[in-house]
Amino acid sequence: MITKRIIPCLDVKDGRVVKGVNFDGLQDISSPVTLAEFYTHNGADELVFYDITASAEGRKLFTDILREAAKRVFIPLTVGGGINTLADFDRVLKCGADKVSVNSGAIANPDLIAQAAKRYGSQCVVLSADVKRVEGEFRIFAKGGRVDTGMEAIGWIKRCVDNGAGEIVVNSINTDGVKQGFDLPLLRAVCDAVSVPVIASGGAGCAEDFVTLFETIPTIDAGLAASIFHFGQVQIPDLKEILAQKNIPVRR
Amino acid sequence: MLAIVDYGVGNLFSLECSLSAIGVQSVVTADPEVLARADQIILPGVGAFGDAVQKLRDTGLDRHIIALAKAGKPLLGICLGMQLLFEKGFEFGEYAGLGLIKGCVRPMAQVIPAGYKIPHIGWNSLQFAQENPLFSYIKDGDFVYFVHSFCATDCEDSVAATTDYGAPVTAAVVSGNVFGCQFHPEKSGEVGLKILKAFSERRTSQC
Repeated sequence: MITKRIIPCLDVKDGRVVKGVNFDGLQDISSPVTLAEFYTHNGADELVFYDITASAEGRKLFTDILREAAKRVFIPLTVGGGINTLADFDRVLKCGADKVSVNSGAIANPDLIAQAAKRYGSQCVVLSADVKRVEGEFRIFAKGGRVDTGMEAIGWIKRCVDNGAGEIVVNSINTDGVKQGFDLPLLRAVCDAVSVPVIASGGAGCAEDFVTLFETIPTIDAGLAASIFHFGQVQIPDLKEILAQKNIPVRR
Repeated sequence: MLAIVDYGVGNLFSLECSLSAIGVQSVVTADPEVLARADQIILPGVGAFGDAVQKLRDTGLDRHIIALAKAGKPLLGICLGMQLLFEKGFEFGEYAGLGLIKGCVRPMAQVIPAGYKIPHIGWNSLQFAQENPLFSYIKDGDFVYFVHSFCATDCEDSVAATTDYGAPVTAAVVSGNVFGCQFHPEKSGEVGLKILKAFSERRTSQC
């Protein structure tokens, strides 16, 4: 039986993991490679590396790190951040990314997803959607959640799937950082609209939030989080134990 | 030395890294002489069946791979590489495959019940169907990582393992020295590395 995936997300800036990390026994807690290895051996099903670097030097550092991670981590690796052109896809895929997530790049160039899907296959193209409620509707935000595009979210996500996006990461700006649980109404609306895998992001504060997510929306494929894993509030093996006790299929 | 067939499809960096992590020397090559000298051959692949087969034909690599496999050299097809081992593929048309294993490749929608998402993406468990030397170091029920929309059918004799996705889906095949994995061993953590290790220990059969 296919299992629900648990995905830690690492925000990387100038080659270092940005959000504070607190783990016993890890020498270099801000090294993305060390942290990626740690998660791999502790039950992560997949990793997301998100490059929040702005400079060209930082980009180079990021791809160097990606290559190092790919040499040591043998689970799927998704890379996002700063993906605006096919050349950006190429740059990270050659360094070991298995999937590439696009966000603002797809908003600026609506053909990007179709072009990438044609060249690399849909399985490789992930749409990352930052969504926030505005005037009673779900809106797509760009530029790290700072800019309201005015586009209705569900329609946009459907268009991207039609264009070839093979997977969707739905990040709720409303619940992100609040740690009161995932944005279930938004996630349900997305799952009802598309038939490709959907990854929930934004809002996880404890293991129970993942139980609620998978029990409430059985068609959700994965849960993604950053700080609760980085700060050790939730250990992935413990989380999977709790999910298994609730008869939610997980890989252990 | 293990040779990875380079025919312009897919990203081979992860595969090379995973082999190197288990101490297996590999070379990415399109040179028939290097393939002939290799201890084992891996046929990787992502993308569409028809395109991939055409690329193998255009380069003449198809004939070399078939000849070497028939001469007993261990051959492992991964993902689309596994699908290419079969006689036929029905992906955007009908295409002849390498014909090393009896059976064909069909859209998953024809095999699994409605309501299951396609592509089949994620970690799923293996149910062993027959003895397979590549499973020497792993056990029935172990999880591996899948990403595919098409699957092998009409290949009962060679199915080594299935995975449950609403219906049994061909996950691995074996026919003598020819092996196939629908999943990605190079992305399947420790379990995947153990499968690659077992393959790297295969040697040309003395026939």
